[in-house]
Amino acid sequence: MATATAEPRVTTVKEDGHKHKKNALSDGQGRLAYILLAPTLLVILVVAGIPVVMSIRESFFQTNNGVDPTTGMVAGGERFVGLGNFTSIFAGTNPVQGSFGTHDRFVNAFLNTTAITIVCVILETILGVAMALIMSKAFRGRGLVRAGILVPWAIPTIVSALMWKLIFDADGVMNRIIGSQILWTADTGASFWAVVIADTWKTAPFIGLLTLAGLQTIPAEVYEAAKVDGATVWQQFTRITLPLVKPTLVVAVLFRTLDTLRMFDLPAGMIGFGKYRTETVSVFSYLEATQTRYGPAAAYAIVLFVYVLLIAFLFVKVLGADVIGDTGMPKKKKGKKGSGNDGKAPDAAAPGLEMMGGAH
Amino acid sequence: MSLSALLVAAACGSSSTGTGSGTGSSAPAVDFSKQGNIEYWQGKDSSGNLPKLIAQFNAQHPNGQVTFHELPDSADQQRQQMIQNTQIKNPAMSVISVDVVWTSEFAAKGYVVPLPADQFPTTGFLQSAVTGATYFNKLYAYPSTSDGGLLYYRKDLLDKYGITAPPTTFDEMKADCDKIKAGENNSKLDCFAGQYDKYEGLTVNFDEAVHSAGGVIVGDDGKPNVATPEAAKGLQTLADWFKNGDIPKAAVTWREENGRTAFEAGQLIFHRNWGYVYNLAQSDKDSVVKGKFDVAPLPGITGPGVSSLGGHNLAITTNGDNKGTAVDFVKFMASEEIQKSNTLATSQSPTLEKLYTDSDLVKKFPFMPTQLKSIQGAIPRPKAVEYGDVTLAIQDAAYGAIQTGAGGGTADATAALQGLQTKLQTLIK
Repeated sequence: MATATAEPRVTTVKEDGHKHKKNALSDGQGRLAYILLAPTLLVILVVAGIPVVMSIRESFFQTNNGVDPTTGMVAGGERFVGLGNFTSIFAGTNPVQGSFGTHDRFVNAFLNTTAITIVCVILETILGVAMALIMSKAFRGRGLVRAGILVPWAIPTIVSALMWKLIFDADGVMNRIIGSQILWTADTGASFWAVVIADTWKTAPFIGLLTLAGLQTIPAEVYEAAKVDGATVWQQFTRITLPLVKPTLVVAVLFRTLDTLRMFDLPAGMIGFGKYRTETVSVFSYLEATQTRYGPAAAYAIVLFVYVLLIAFLFVKVLGADVIGDTGMPKKKKGKKGSGNDGKAPDAAAPGLEMMGGAH
Repeated sequence: MSLSALLVAAACGSSSTGTGSGTGSSAPAVDFSKQGNIEYWQGKDSSGNLPKLIAQFNAQHPNGQVTFHELPDSADQQRQQMIQNTQIKNPAMSVISVDVVWTSEFAAKGYVVPLPADQFPTTGFLQSAVTGATYFNKLYAYPSTSDGGLLYYRKDLLDKYGITAPPTTFDEMKADCDKIKAGENNSKLDCFAGQYDKYEGLTVNFDEAVHSAGGVIVGDDGKPNVATPEAAKGLQTLADWFKNGDIPKAAVTWREENGRTAFEAGQLIFHRNWGYVYNLAQSDKDSVVKGKFDVAPLPGITGPGVSSLGGHNLAITTNGDNKGTAVDFVKFMASEEIQKSNTLATSQSPTLEKLYTDSDLVKKFPFMPTQLKSIQGAIPRPKAVEYGDVTLAIQDAAYGAIQTGAGGGTADATAALQGLQTKLQTLIK
C-alpha cells in the first residue's frame, strides 16, 4: 500500500500543478462527502433502519394473552413464536366474508389490496394520460387548468376521505345525482367502488402531472413529420406519444402502484373499520396493533413490505421503470442534440420527477 | 398512513411489551399516599366545564396540582393512547377516564390498580355503574358518568292520533307507526332507528335487542350463550324491520349523529339514542322537533326494553406517580357536588342515584327519572379482556343479518348467532 500511495505522488510532482491539485482535492472531497452525509445517514438509520429491524424482530413474537382463571390477570410479556405469525396466515383460522368469498381475514385484506390497486391504477393511468394530453395543449387559461387539476392531489388524503364520506352518505350528493339510494359506506360491493372512485379522483392528477412532464420532452418536429406523412391523430398517439412518454409513465404508474398497495386513509376514514369489503392490509395490520397484538401486526406489515418490494422489482426489471434516472439520461440527451429549442425540457422534467417522487 | 409508519407503530409497541407492562398479580402493595403533580387523561371536553372543575380542585390542593391532558374525540384513539403510554410507563398519566367496556382489559392487563375499598365506598352509586367498574370482585375504577339508551318519540304526532302512552314493545311501536304513517301520508317519515353502522354502536343496539327479547350474550356463569331462540328473535326483529322499511335502509350507515340529525329533521317518529340528544334536540336551531318530543324507556321485543350500559369511570394507572393526589382527585370528581355541576353543564348522566331526583337537575332535564330507570335496568355489554375481538364478532354477526334485511332479503338470525356463539367460545373462556 505504501508504494501504491507513494507512486501517484511522484507522478503529481512530475506533472504540472493541475493534476496534483485535482488529486488532493478529490481525496479531501471524498472524506468531506462522508462527513457531510453522515448526519443524513444517521437519521435514515434511526428513523428507517432501526424501526424496520425492530419490526422484523417483533414479527417473530407474540404477546401473552392467557387469563389466569383465579385472579383474572393476564400473564403479560411476550414469547418467541418463530415464523408462527407468518404461517398462521395460511391456517385460515379467522374466516371473513369479503368481496371474493370467504377467506382468512389477512388473505381477504390482501385480495382487497391487490384488487383496489389494479383497478385504481388502470383508471388513474387512463384518466391521468387524458389530463396530461389536455394540459399539454396550448390554450388560454392553461395555467389555471393545470392548477385546478392538481387540487385533488394537494388535499390531504384523510380530508378527502371525510369529504367523500359526506358525498357517499345515504342522503349525500352522489345518491342525489344518480337518483337512487346506494349505501356506499355500508359493507357492500358499492363500498369497494366508493374507495376506487375517491382514490382515482385524488391521484389521477399525479399521473397527469408526471405524464405532462414526459410529454414536454417530445420534440414538436416528430409530430410535424408524422403529419406530413399523413398519420392520423390516433396513429400519432399510439406510435409517437405513448412510446416516447413510456419511460415517464412507467415511473408514474410504479409510484401509484406502490402507494395504492399501502392504502390506509381512504378505507379507514371513509368506510370505517371492520368492513371486510374494503379492508386493506395496512388497515388490518393497524387494527391488530391496536388490539396489542404487535407480533401479527408486524408480520402483516412485513408481508406487505415484501409485496411492495416485489412489485417494484418487477416494474424495474420487466417494464424497465427508470426510477433513479440513470438509463433515461442518454436518451434525453439525444433529444437535446436533436433540437436546440426543446433542449431545456428534458433537464427540467427530470428534477421535477424526482421532486414529485421525493415529496410523496 | 405509510408503511414505514405502520412498521414504526408495530415496533414501538413491541419495545415496551418486551419488558413487560406490569402484571397485576405480582405487583407490590400500592402506595396511595404520595402527593404531587399529576395529569388527568380524558377525551375531548366539549362543554368547557372540566377546566373549571380542575381549577377548583387545584385551589383546594396546593400539594398536588392536576393538569388536564386532552385526548382525541374517538374512543378508539383514546384507548390506544392510554395503552401506548402504559407501555412506555409514562409516570405523568396518573388518572384516566375509562369507558365501561375497557374495564376488564385494563384491569386484567395491569394497566390500572384496584382501588382501596376503605377509601372508595360504593354505597349510593348506581349498582350497574359499580358492576361496570368491577373486575374479579375488585373495584378498578370509580364511576363518574353513566349512560343508558332512551326512546325519543314525537309526542305531537302521538297526541294527534290519540295515542296516550309511548310504546313499550316493538309490536306496539309498529302499530303506532302504521297509524301515524297512514294519517300523515309523508313518504319521508320513517318509523324507528337506532345506531346500526358497523361500529361499537351496533354492539350496543344488538345487545339491547337480544336482552329485550329475553336472550343473553354471556350467561350468569360467564359463558357465552347467544345461540338461543330468544336471542335469534331479537336479531330477527331488527333485520325484519329493515326489510319492511320500518327502520330506514340508510340506517345501516348511521351512527349517533346521523340518527339525531334525522330525528331533529322530523324524519323519524321514534329514535333510540343516548341522553345527550335531549339538550341538543331542544336547543339546535335546525331542530324542527323542538318542544314536540319526549323520552320514554326503550321498548323491548317481547316485553319492556333493556338498555346497554354506557358511561365512563375514573381509574388510577399502575405507572402513575403521586397516587395520593390521584386518589384525592378521583374522589373529588365523583363527589356529589362535582357530579351535579358536570351534569348541569353537559347533560351527562351522574352515577350517584340521589342526583336523579335532585330538584335542580330534574328541572333542567325532565328526562332524568326516565334515564334512571333505563340505567337501573341496563345490562352491561359482555365483559372480556379481549373486548375488541368480542365486539367485532358481535358486529360481524349482527351487521350481516341487518344488511340482508336492508337489501330486502330474509335474514337467517339463527345461523348468524350460531356462528357468533362459536366465535365467542374461543374468545371468552
